[in-house]
Amino acid sequence: MATIQTAKRPSAKRSTVALKYSMAVSGLIMLGYLLVHMYGNLKFFQGREKFDSYLEGLDDILYPYLPHEGALWIIRIVLTAALVVHVYAAVTLWRRNKAAAGFVGNTRYHTKQNKTGVQRSYASFTMRWGGIILLLFIIGHVAQMLPNWLSPGGASDSKYDRVVNGFELWWVVLLYTIGLVAVGFHLAHGFWSALTTLGQNHSSTRRSSRLTAVSIGLAVIIAGGFLTVPFAIFFFGAGS
Amino acid sequence: MNITVRVWRQKNADDKGKMVTYGVENVSEHMSFLEMLDVLNEQLTLSGDDPIAFDHDCREGICGACGVVINGQAHGPQTTTTCQLHMRSFEDGAVIDIEPWRAGAFPVVKDLVVDRGAFDRIIQAGGFISAPTGSAPEANNLPVPKEDADHAFESATCIGCGACVAACPNGSGMLFTAAKITHLGLLPQGQPERDSRVIGMIEQHDHEGFGGCTNIGECTSSCPKGIPLDTISRLNRDLLGALAKGKA
Ligand code: HEM
Ligand code: SF4
Ligand code: FES
Repeated sequence: MATIQTAKRPSAKRSTVALKYSMAVSGLIMLGYLLVHMYGNLKFFQGREKFDSYLEGLDDILYPYLPHEGALWIIRIVLTAALVVHVYAAVTLWRRNKAAAGFVGNTRYHTKQNKTGVQRSYASFTMRWGGIILLLFIIGHVAQMLPNWLSPGGASDSKYDRVVNGFELWWVVLLYTIGLVAVGFHLAHGFWSALTTLGQNHSSTRRSSRLTAVSIGLAVIIAGGFLTVPFAIFFFGAGS
Repeated sequence: MNITVRVWRQKNADDKGKMVTYGVENVSEHMSFLEMLDVLNEQLTLSGDDPIAFDHDCREGICGACGVVINGQAHGPQTTTTCQLHMRSFEDGAVIDIEPWRAGAFPVVKDLVVDRGAFDRIIQAGGFISAPTGSAPEANNLPVPKEDADHAFESATCIGCGACVAACPNGSGMLFTAAKITHLGLLPQGQPERDSRVIGMIEQHDHEGFGGCTNIGECTSSCPKGIPLDTISRLNRDLLGALAKGKA
């Protein structure tokens, strides 16, 4: 029996809890961006001119203090770094937690009963595979938004037109819906989890916490807010 | 009542182990779960079989020695210890699955017995508190707000049974560790070593091979002592503070 540990103890700076801090902070950075991004998307409903000029204006945030597109590049770099940190921590913890769960072969408990725990939420189950869907969605989304490269539905110099062209295709709308539902689930557990990790839960159970309710509300607002544009285009012919 | 149990049998740490089915007859609904296992073991002994090994000591819910996973739930369907669970919680004719705690840090010793030495080493890694000992101090010399005292006491009721680890899908020992952190961290006597304690305990927790917390809360729903989830947030806060001070 291995009751005496001789190997050196890893530093608390690289502990599971420290990894969770980096996951929480990077997640919250991405969440903050999503809120701003969603707000921007909703300007679609003001029509082509306003939408396109809003997007052009983004190139010159803080101009002339920052060069043309300077602010955007800072945001891109910060977001990419956050995503890399987030996914690195997620994968590291995932592997670690799997090893810690004490599987015998490929089952932990042989019983068929209570397989899904007692009070876990669906969102908490889907953090990992849902996160992978999210990652694929993010990659696909960035590729689609690269100016006039993939441009499903047809290229154009007007970003407004590109958005409309894309979301007139059923499969683009479907993929977006999947991606945004994944975002919603991820944040429904993620926001609560991040704040708890950063020490802000003061409630005796997850379900009774106000943070859980806020988290679910936030998830619905973000997923719903993003989906209004594609749905308005596809189902109600907005922009055509 | 007559029941069927499916029990994890494993001769020793190296044995592969498997689920084995036994029938138990004339079980009284007033028996505790462990008494039911006693009856089964008597039956096994009489027929020349090896009795099922399981941990137990006080049988009154205070020592933390007992604990098995019953039908996939740590300590079974009631929020109590296995010794305080009664057969009336099950139906006549029930098939009950009994398995040991599963966690990388809790290796199976035999059948339902696991080695929980990892918990002792986490406590050890927390170190001493430097409060002077001797005769009991004058109670009014060191005022403790009632709310803190209550919360500290609540955390101190953790009996180290390990159900939180068995219930956690990540095999994390965070609720246990957080209970220890909270119980000392809320009291004035726990302040001088507050930073070194959380660092030592987390390092040991990870070193033992426990998983990380994903704030799911399965631990709290299986804890026989009702250790609250916010203890984990307190631990996170304490560690963040200690790291910010460069104590690690
Ligand atoms: C839009 C992008 C994303 C946002 C806004 C986001 C946000 C968050 C937040 C706030 C948390 C909680 C942190 C914590 O538990 O302390 C979290 C956790 C997590 N994220 Fe993400 N995330 C994103 C993308 C991803 C991706 C691409 C993956 C891919 C693997 C991923 C995997 C995970 C996992 C595994 C967790 C831990 C779940 C848990 O604590 O139960 N996330 N995420
Ligand atoms: S926190 Fe609860 S479940 Fe975990 S060891 Fe302590 S008493 Fe047992
Ligand atoms: S035997 Fe002591 S708590 Fe169950």
